[in-house]
Amino acid sequence: MSEHIDSPRVYVAVFIALLACTLLTTMVAEVDLGFFNVVVALVIAVIKMLLVALFFMHLRHSTVLMKVVVGGGLLWLLIMLGLSATDYGTRGWL
Amino acid sequence: LSSSAEALALREQFSTPGQQKEASSLGMWIFLVTEIMFFGGMFLAYSIYRSSYPDVFARASNTLNVVIGAVNTAVLLCSSFTMVMAVHSAQVGSRRALIWFLILTILLGGVFLGVKAYEWNQKFEEHHVPGPTFHLEGETQQGRAQLFFSLYFLMTGLHALHMVVGVGLMLTLLYLAYKGRYTPEYYTPVDVGGLYWHFVDIVWIFLFPLLYLIGRHYHGHV
Repeated sequence: MSEHIDSPRVYVAVFIALLACTLLTTMVAEVDLGFFNVVVALVIAVIKMLLVALFFMHLRHSTVLMKVVVGGGLLWLLIMLGLSATDYGTRGWL
Repeated sequence: LSSSAEALALREQFSTPGQQKEASSLGMWIFLVTEIMFFGGMFLAYSIYRSSYPDVFARASNTLNVVIGAVNTAVLLCSSFTMVMAVHSAQVGSRRALIWFLILTILLGGVFLGVKAYEWNQKFEEHHVPGPTFHLEGETQQGRAQLFFSLYFLMTGLHALHMVVGVGLMLTLLYLAYKGRYTPEYYTPVDVGGLYWHFVDIVWIFLFPLLYLIGRHYHGHV
């Protein structure tokens, strides 16, 4: 297996993007967007997660098996969060 | 030395060095998936209570220092950068750079934990630690405010524990790197240790907005 070696320039670019995202999420939190404050905060967090996972954790060069394992973990997390949300979110309907 | 590097890169149960390395990475990823579920349970508990008592959680969250939280996030991101550079140094066979980037990663991890300790100490002084002496100024629902701080201490505490484990791993890697154990043919422990370090960083990437930022926009009308 030939190892893929990224250029440090890629890492510097990702690092700067991560710092910019941190500044952005901190600043936008002060603006009243109502319900969308949570949405924006989580979207930025997911973008940061993807940057770290794809570049720093080399997931973009990983085998399909590795990607399926990670995707499976996230899928099960979403099932846990999603089904619990439908439970707690609909209790008031009764 | 090169024969021992070869022996490390290809143990007898594997067909190729690539297969061995992939098995190690896959093992770490499967462990990290169990960690996703471990932290996921806490994020779920937090989400349910936060949606049940949004106002109290916003008021309690607003007592946290956002600037300290943001700076500590940046410190942790810096440590992830030095970690990935350590892996890169191992890939290209620069032992000197590997050692220095590992030292920087350990120092930045230490700074993060130090700032965290300062913040926790503030909570004790402000009586924001759940228990008999808990008091949040001007709050009518003290019990629900304690719930926020219970989750705060649980989540940041377990995250910090993972950081302590991570620093221990980095110290081990540093010792072995100093001994000259890692070569471009065999640096799997550096790579796999990096996966763990970045995962702990990702957990904080979600903890920071959820704990520090969610209530900021309530400033005016709560």
